[in-house]
Amino acid sequence: MGDRLLKVENLCIDYKVKDGYLSAVNNVNFEIRKGEILAIVGESGCGKSTVAHSLLQLLAGGNAKVTGKAMFNDQNLLELKRQDIEKIRGHEIGMIFQNPLDSLNPVYTTGWQVAEGIQLDNVPKEEAWNRVVQLYKDVKMPDSESRAKSFPHELSGGMRQRVMIAMMLARRPELLIADEPTTALDVTIEAQILRIIKALRDDFDTAVMMITHNFGLVAEVADFVVVMYAGHVVETGTVFDIFDEPMHPYTSLLMKALPRIKKSEGRLQTIDGSVPRITGDFVGCRFANRCPYATEQCRTQEPPLVQVSDTHSYSCFREGGDK
Amino acid sequence: MKDNERNETFVHNPENIIELDHLKKYFVVNKAGIKRQKQYVKAVDDVTLNIKAGEIVGLVGESGSGKTTLARVILNLTKPTDSHVVFNGINLSHANKKQMKEFRTEVAVVFQDPASNLNPRETVQSSIMRPLLIHGMKKEEARERARHSLELVKMDERYLYSYPHQLSGGQLQRIAIARALVLDPKVMILDEPTSALDISVQAQVLNLLLELQEKMNLTYLVITHDLNVIRYISDKIAVMYLGRLVEYGPTDDVIENPKHPYTKGLMSASPILNPHDRDKEKYIMGGEPGSLINLPTGCHFNPRCPYAGERCRCETPENVYLSDSHQVTCFMYDGTGVGEKIDDKETISAE
Repeated sequence: MGDRLLKVENLCIDYKVKDGYLSAVNNVNFEIRKGEILAIVGESGCGKSTVAHSLLQLLAGGNAKVTGKAMFNDQNLLELKRQDIEKIRGHEIGMIFQNPLDSLNPVYTTGWQVAEGIQLDNVPKEEAWNRVVQLYKDVKMPDSESRAKSFPHELSGGMRQRVMIAMMLARRPELLIADEPTTALDVTIEAQILRIIKALRDDFDTAVMMITHNFGLVAEVADFVVVMYAGHVVETGTVFDIFDEPMHPYTSLLMKALPRIKKSEGRLQTIDGSVPRITGDFVGCRFANRCPYATEQCRTQEPPLVQVSDTHSYSCFREGGDK
Repeated sequence: MKDNERNETFVHNPENIIELDHLKKYFVVNKAGIKRQKQYVKAVDDVTLNIKAGEIVGLVGESGSGKTTLARVILNLTKPTDSHVVFNGINLSHANKKQMKEFRTEVAVVFQDPASNLNPRETVQSSIMRPLLIHGMKKEEARERARHSLELVKMDERYLYSYPHQLSGGQLQRIAIARALVLDPKVMILDEPTSALDISVQAQVLNLLLELQEKMNLTYLVITHDLNVIRYISDKIAVMYLGRLVEYGPTDDVIENPKHPYTKGLMSASPILNPHDRDKEKYIMGGEPGSLINLPTGCHFNPRCPYAGERCRCETPENVYLSDSHQVTCFMYDGTGVGEKIDDKETISAE
């Protein structure tokens, strides 16, 4: 196991709304070590993307209140000045998003855009171009030389995502944040992209923070998993902890909701109800309204963190979790 | 004419509710230039597919493989270029007005994004009632049916007066299903019914669909790219690649023992839902799905196929029936054994 690269402590993000504060992320703690793939999973609106964006100070508008710490190489990312965070973006922490077309400029060739980043390090133009072609080869782009001269609209979704990865790779970041990197792609292309991300970790010891709602991806590549629900971390553990012995009722219900069976073998578990709106004065466990085991205590008090092993913890009142 | 010949040889089987016999749908695109050559996008090319009443058929394939076009042709939203859709023994290309009207009540459709196919300015009730009113039902009766339909999808009556923006994605999808059910259809075509939903809601919708199917003996054609969903709900799987149906057979056979090289690639690319399987040797198919405009000659899959031989590049493979219910379009199984890739054939059977 490598050295610790990023440690997030008590991260809280509140959005200002008409009637006070909406708590998007509350008290989130996790860490990533070198060469590790951490997956943050949860359903839509659970705050997983908000966490990722806050780390690079990418939250839009001035109405997000971010507190807590995100220590990356002895710097608190959340408190860095604008010039300093700009140096980290792309250089030490790279990021790829769900829809690569939104991240590419339509009027420049993709190769030019990748080279632009390399030239920031005072690399001469020609050398930068050669590096681009090499990078395209690294991400297994078919006929890399001519593709570097293509415009974004001439490429397929999978190729565009490869361009994004090449762009990110160009500066060899220590940490890659991938926000739903394969959601817009076909499964066959998804498998190819995942292979590239895995190779990146193996070859350069890059740490990867993967934001996803797809448990298939998690099972495929993640080492550690953080499960979020309504802005809370409900459970953390290794991928085997989470899939084999889920402790929190939410995780355990989700595992039974995954379509892993045939209809002749039974029916999938469903979780009734919906995510509550979490405003400033919300108390108790956020899953209480949908939890089959909820008691009075769950509705009035914040659940404690229970440590199962060195790597595995969950936050619930129920002793033994969902066992 | 070729078309007529086909009609003579085609025999309707009363067990089948939908029958497609060498169905084609081409779109014309004009090539730029002086000659104004015509080019075709062969979105559905030579598809032969029969769906039995009461079956759930899953249709899978990468984006651009023609899945949705096939569904649109079956729904008669667009006319086929060649051959016909036969529904319950009625050839839709020659159906009269009355038959068409009946067809419209018997086939329903649910689309991927429920928010965009419900009118934002109409209440749930009037959205559900609309098809009934169009088919000439009295308002009072229609209201009663709408209520009953909402009950079928397990939603409270009070939602009748809600507007789409007040509801969650899962609720909207259930309303879309309620609207589809209101005319008492025999067949439902579901285009990516759960891909916009979260896992817990997806499970709800899938269970609901299965329950309705059992209760009302419906026939489903489910289009999706999620193989895990298909494995859960369908009885049979149809796999499309660049407009052609490459394999069609019972779910267990297709998933556990896929025959067509493309199906094999697709199955192994599908995300596993068990981390213990991650180190298993995996065959990752290279290449891109390709485009329907510049189709390769011969078998459409030949540029990505690891077994492709000379014959695959020149000739188009025909449907081969491995059993009554399992068909595959690949030279490896047509018994002639032509092609220099006989070795590969052996490795496949040895697997």
